[in-house]
Formats: sequence, structure tokens, C-alpha cells
Amino acid sequence: MERILFFIFGFVAVFGSIMVVSRRHPISSVMYLLLTLFSVAALFVLRKSHFIAAIQIIVYAGAVVVLIVFVIMLLNVAESKIPVERPTLAQGVGVVAAGLLMLEGALVGSRYGAQIEKAVDVGTVEAVGKALFTSYLLPFEITSLLLLAAIVGSIVLARKKF
Amino acid sequence: MLIDLLIVIVKIAIMLAFVLGLVPVLVWAERKGAAFIQDRMGPAKADIFGLRLAGLFHPLADALKLLFKEDFVPEDAHPLFYRLAPVFAMAPVLLTFAVVPFGDTIEIFGRKVPLQVADLNVGILYVFAFSSLTVYGIILAGWASGNKFSLLGGLRSSAQMISYEISLGLSIIGVAMVFGSLKLSDIARAQGELLFGVIPKWGVVVQPLGFILFLVSVFAESARIPFDLPEGESEIVAGFHTEYGSFKFAMFFLAEYVHVVVASGLIATLYFGGWQIPYLYADGFHLFGKVLHLPFALVVIMQVLAFVVKVLFFCWFFIWVRWTIPRFRYDQVMRLGWKVLLPLALANIFITGSVLLLFGGAKPL
Repeated sequence: MERILFFIFGFVAVFGSIMVVSRRHPISSVMYLLLTLFSVAALFVLRKSHFIAAIQIIVYAGAVVVLIVFVIMLLNVAESKIPVERPTLAQGVGVVAAGLLMLEGALVGSRYGAQIEKAVDVGTVEAVGKALFTSYLLPFEITSLLLLAAIVGSIVLARKKF
Repeated sequence: MLIDLLIVIVKIAIMLAFVLGLVPVLVWAERKGAAFIQDRMGPAKADIFGLRLAGLFHPLADALKLLFKEDFVPEDAHPLFYRLAPVFAMAPVLLTFAVVPFGDTIEIFGRKVPLQVADLNVGILYVFAFSSLTVYGIILAGWASGNKFSLLGGLRSSAQMISYEISLGLSIIGVAMVFGSLKLSDIARAQGELLFGVIPKWGVVVQPLGFILFLVSVFAESARIPFDLPEGESEIVAGFHTEYGSFKFAMFFLAEYVHVVVASGLIATLYFGGWQIPYLYADGFHLFGKVLHLPFALVVIMQVLAFVVKVLFFCWFFIWVRWTIPRFRYDQVMRLGWKVLLPLALANIFITGSVLLLFGGAKPL
């Protein structure tokens, strides 16, 4: 059951991300991005990382992508003005290279991946909370300082009259 | 295995029937309530064989009318997203209700069945996750309609929802701190305890400030008057759903009322004891050392009914506020969200934490 769900959501995630980069209209891309984020969250749930899954949806789907949509809607580029891209040789090479890399990853994973098969409780609320406030307290505090600096910086930039 | 699946399906069916079945009743209550507050009669004309039932058939007539209207798509609209938007508006709100418990754990066929569709470890975060997705329906509708008023409505709504989501989230942290869990079932169960042996330990008693903040934020999130800026008809026609008609409009309409039901369910669960009745426990009433024994089945039924009554009361509260308070100006809404609710919510977390540390026996690491 878990394996079947993994393949369904994994397929949707890959399909969604391919559609994100290949759609012509930005809003279509964003909607596929949403689909991808959602199926990745489902994959987290399958690994028993409920907290990570919820945060994935709240932060990415609920806030970051909303801002992306906001910007796209404000720019509101007419469909006829979006340039048509023709595939170039470099892109073709890139696709082949990416395919080879994926194949390699699958081979390595099938050989050495057996020991990480079992789902462990690293992504539940309790586990994340305990890890953040004990072993990783210093990195956690430094991150919060960085975020504070970023917030103050963005306010300063927004107030400045250029 | 099969019977477990069946139980879950039955619970989902009951939940959907309850939430969706409440919508026509709410529409009727809204129109009658508005009439009552404005000293009018309200809807009273629709009848079946001369039977009028104080206008209860009006929601039915409205639904039929919306079903049979022409289903058009405006010329400038994006054909796919214009059709998808109502679904995006509706689905996340319905999903949110899955974690709201409507009763204690009972035993059927020797199995423990929690009266809740999904008892998730991340309960409250799940609520945030899906309530943060409701904004897509509105933005998408505003953008895909190809109408400048719709676009303005969509932009207003996304700004408003993102702003109030922050104070919504921060206001619930206080509840999670007091009851020590993110599971809504744990929170509802913990509210059966008594403070000083008399006062029920409801969320509203231990988190009064948090309750007010949550209430205001939830009103803003549901985008109803006084926060219905996304559709402010005196400024932007009807906002995001200007270009919608027939059943696609009905979906937005439905989503709004489902949102009211879900918000009421959350208020009842987080701050008013969920399915708890004060002094009522699994074996009967306990009051001043005396016990009135009641059969367990009766207790469960009373608790589920108590939850329904609480939800209905808050639904009425939503209607009451809508017809009492006029709409805010847009800058007032933004100022309230960022300069009043956000600092107060942070202060609430700080105070709750200090009190827990000083008196609550919470151990510092």
C-alpha cells in the first residue's frame, strides 16, 4: 500500500516539475508547481514526517507560491507577448545528462539504499522540536538572527527613496 | 481492515452531510437573521403545495435556480483556470473539517473509534496548511476572469489572507502551549478538566486574549463583512466573483458558508471545549462531590449534540456580526492586522509562556 502510494505521488511530483519548466504560461507553471509541492508533502507523510509535510504546505504552497502568483498577476503579461522558446542543442544535452544522472542515482540507490528503507521518526513535531531546542539550539538561534536581519533589511530597502 | 475502512468512510460521509447540509440552513438563517435585525419579514414566499415553513424552501429554490442557469464563460477568461477556481475555493475548506473532533473515543464491535475523521499528530498545522490554500481559489478566480475588478478583488484577498494568517497562527500557539499538544482530540479532551475544581478549563478561560485574536483573524480569513474587502461591492462591483454565474457562482457561495461552519467548529474545539459539557464525564455528571450516573451511550450522544449546538451558536454569531458591523476600509484592515493583532499575538505567546514557566510546572530544559 505504502509502496503504491509512493509511486503514485512520486510520479505526480516528477510529472509536475517537468510541466513547471515546460509550460509557456507562467500561471500554468505555478499551478503545476503547486501540484509538485503537494505530492512532495505527501511523500513526506509516507515517511512519517508529518511536521515537515505540514510546514512544506504552509510555507511553500501557502505563502511563497502565493507571492509568486501575486507578482505574475500584477505584471499580467498578455499571452501573445510571451516569447515562444525553441529547444536548443544545449537544452537537449542537458535533458540527456539529467536522464543519465537519474539512472545513476537509481542504480546507486538500489545498491546502497536498503538500509534507509525503514521510516524513522525524524520529522514528527516532537522529534523536530526536541532536535531544534537541544542539539541544534545554536544553529537555530543563528538562523533566527539571520531572518531578523533579513526582515529589518527588507524594511530599510522598502522605505528608502531611490 | 475492511471494517476499519468502512468506519472511516461512514465518518467522512457523516461529516460531509453535516457540513454541506448545514449550508442551506445557514443561508436561510442569514436571510431571516438579516430581516430580523433590520426589522423586516425576510424570505417567506416560496411554497410547496401552500406549505411555507417561514421561507425554509427559499434555499432549495435558489439552488435549483442556480443549477438551471446558463453556464457561461466570459470571452476574456482563461478557459481552464476560470473553471478550476471554484473547485480550488471549495476543496481546502471542506478538507479542514477532517481533523475537528465531534465526540470522544467510543467502542464499536470491540474497536476503539475516535469520533473524528483523522486524528493527526499535526492537527493544528494541518488546519493552517489547508486554510492557507483557500486563497488560491479567490486569486485564481480574480485573475482568470479577465476583468479588472475581479483582479483587484483577487489581489486584495491574497494580501488580506496572508496578513491575517500570521496572527491566526500565532494566536493558536497559546492554546497549544497550555494544553501541550497540537492534536485537536487531545486539546478537546484536556478541556474537560476543571480549574480550582469549579471552572471548566476551556480555551476561552485560559486564553482570553488568544481567543479574541483568533476570532478576529478567523473573521478576516473567511472574508465576510466586516472583512469582505475582496468583494466590496461599492468599490469593485463584486470583486473576484464578478464574472461568475450559475453553479460556479454557487460553488463560491457554498465555500463561504462551509468556511463559516469550519471556523465555528474550530472556535468551538479550540476555545469552547469541543464536545465537552462542563462536569459531564464518561460515567455521568460530577458536581460538588455528588455523581449523577448516566449510561455511556447517552453521554456520547449528549456530547455530540453539545458540539453541534456550539457550532450552530458560532454560525449564528457570524451572521449576527455580519448584519451589525459595517465594512472596514482597506487600509484599516491592513493596519489592524499588522499593527494591532500581530504584536498582541506575540505578547500573548510571551505571557502564556511566562505564566506556564512560573506557575504551570513547565520545566526549563
